[in-house]
Amino acid sequence: MGWLQSLVYVVALTALAVPLGEFMARVYLGRATTLARVLGPLERLTYRAAGVREEDEMGWKRYGRSVLVFSVVGFLFVFLLQRLQPLLPLNPAAQTAVSPDSSFNTAVSFVTNTNWQGYSGEQTLSHLTQTLALGVQNFVSAATGMAILVALIRGFTRRTSHALGNFWIDLTRSTLYILLPLSAVLALILVSQGVVQNFDPPAAVELTDPLQTPEAAAVTQQFLSQGPAASQVAIKQLGTNGGGFFNANSAHPFENPTPLSNFLEALGILLIPAGLCFTFGAMVGDRRQGVSLFAAMLLILVPAMGAVHAAEQAGTPALAAAGLDLSGSDDQPGGNMEGKELRFGIAGSALWAVATTAASNGSVNSMHDSYTPLGGLVPLLLMQLGEVVFGGVGSGLYGMLMFVIVAVFIAGLMVGRTPEYLGKKIGAFEMKMASLAILGPCFAALLGTAIAVAFDSGRIGVANPGAHGFSEILYAFSSAGNNNGSAFAGLSANTPFYNTALGLAMLVGRFLPALAALAIAGSLAAKRSVPAGAGTLATHDGLFVLLLVGVVLLVGALTFVPALALGPIVEHLGAAH
Amino acid sequence: MWRELRPASVLFIVLTLLTGVAYPFLVTVAAQGAFPEQAAGSLLKREGRLIGSLLIGQPFDDPRYFWGRPSLTGPVPNNGAASSGSNRGPTNPALAEELAARVSRLREDPAAPRLPPADLVTSSASGLDPHISPAAARFQVTRVATARGLALDAVIALVEAHVEGRTFGLLGEPRVNVLRLNLALDDLH
Repeated sequence: MGWLQSLVYVVALTALAVPLGEFMARVYLGRATTLARVLGPLERLTYRAAGVREEDEMGWKRYGRSVLVFSVVGFLFVFLLQRLQPLLPLNPAAQTAVSPDSSFNTAVSFVTNTNWQGYSGEQTLSHLTQTLALGVQNFVSAATGMAILVALIRGFTRRTSHALGNFWIDLTRSTLYILLPLSAVLALILVSQGVVQNFDPPAAVELTDPLQTPEAAAVTQQFLSQGPAASQVAIKQLGTNGGGFFNANSAHPFENPTPLSNFLEALGILLIPAGLCFTFGAMVGDRRQGVSLFAAMLLILVPAMGAVHAAEQAGTPALAAAGLDLSGSDDQPGGNMEGKELRFGIAGSALWAVATTAASNGSVNSMHDSYTPLGGLVPLLLMQLGEVVFGGVGSGLYGMLMFVIVAVFIAGLMVGRTPEYLGKKIGAFEMKMASLAILGPCFAALLGTAIAVAFDSGRIGVANPGAHGFSEILYAFSSAGNNNGSAFAGLSANTPFYNTALGLAMLVGRFLPALAALAIAGSLAAKRSVPAGAGTLATHDGLFVLLLVGVVLLVGALTFVPALALGPIVEHLGAAH
Repeated sequence: MWRELRPASVLFIVLTLLTGVAYPFLVTVAAQGAFPEQAAGSLLKREGRLIGSLLIGQPFDDPRYFWGRPSLTGPVPNNGAASSGSNRGPTNPALAEELAARVSRLREDPAAPRLPPADLVTSSASGLDPHISPAAARFQVTRVATARGLALDAVIALVEAHVEGRTFGLLGEPRVNVLRLNLALDDLH
């Protein structure tokens, strides 16, 4: 049954991504849509107030500067709201001010679309901070990534021009016409399944079987945290944010109560990143180009799903030694159920773990820290590949396009021709920038891990002994450096050391690739277009898809195999004895 | 830089009002209008008192009740205000010890099957899992029947009546809601 569920998932994803991709292309090309007719007056009013003119297009430097200024404004707001939340309304659980280092970490985390969580949602944040600080960044950090991608696409389509479009317009349209309507629909469906949506304090309920404790009186009540979860969960899935409303994220029954809500939330993870492949094809005027990128991503995603499912269903020697029935059937999921929810079982957990790390979503419906060594290796590697297998909204595809540039360059070297892609010659500048975009996050992940294991303040956060402890640190920096946000959550990361170090890794992982992509966009837009000839490498066929997948896997493997050998691989080999 | 500050701040304010105020507010209004019970947490009421949520597992330790999945939330298990998994790694000796202790407690019932189902012994991701597998419920029927002095067949029938299948025969896992089953068990008397 598990593989059938995954098959239906991939089919549903493709069926929804194609029309959504076409719709998004219309939005970015400024063509009429029904939504634009309804919300158009609001959009134009916003531009007038902000002093934005549609015909005022930006070069890459001004586009990049606008991204940075907007991100700084967002950072300051999220930081201050966390510090001031006890003085502000909508705080029924009386949360106190968040510490400065945790506020820094969380502000960076949500502005960079990472949504790493050093804090526990229901124990730290007021409803106001959740909606007004984090909820807003869920939208606008996603929209920022989409805008940067659109600017890069314009770099391919424009000729001898410096104009890449207007960041403010791309940002507003992404939010208004794509993220908001999709989120509203998903949120309401999720409420129908049982996701909570209210501004209430925790509900006190009486326990049927009061809990006897040796020291104190019996516990007779259970307090159930409440809040506006559905509206936040919808956008955290769709915007590849992943920051949970509750600590247990999408494993919490109030965030993800049923198998259907699980299926839809998992679809939400990959929907927009997959759709953007088709947006790309439509905007560059050759839909086959989008299809080939989508195919390359699927070609990594599907085997990864199979691998995690197999590893988790097989369980571990420790589970077998404890004398458990690990066989999967219609009577029980079996396998490694430590840190997994029963309603999702092995199949629903494995599918999610792969989707959330292939995309830079980072929400979890099971605890990756408790995965088998090999089942945990796959999500770790998917992040380390640079979050380009669908990846973050916008950032995933512009990351993949960096690999495309490297792939056509390598192909060009093989046949001794100047590499070109979509009619644009790829020169030394583009290669330098693509290398920077690819290597920046790798550098943040590995250097951060090295520093953390070298110092007591890093090692002290580890929850599990041995090689697994190293994996926890490697996972944290791979997650932060690639803006994923999921964790081997045993690591105690809410410390000044980790809050600062992971915050810096997130900044590198977000802004280095983003600015490099914009620089490439600027350089490409200025070039003439060369007509395709007999010797032009076809970038829409199966051969190129395989080449691209090979480049992504090779760069990832060469960079991270030594580190993986010290963590999950040695743990797997050790566990067998 | 200053040229970008006006559009940055104006757009930030507008988008904040739109996505941080209007969106959650309108979703709340629509949700509470269309699905009031779900929006409030699927709470169960009896005689005017709140006795749980259909979605949140409660701790059950008495042999007269079906037990749910182990929970490692702090400071008490099944803490609905502090969801959390165990985050035990697969090779952590502490995990092996916990598994052994839970298995030996389950084996105190001599009539139970030899191998307990994995989900009954491993802790859930949220620490609030409301479900166990049908196998995990069947594993406990003799203990519950003996402790309550009920006919075994009656308890088995109650369990089978509480088995929920996969959604559309495809999604998720067959399961039993422990709180619902235990409340029905109390109603048998």
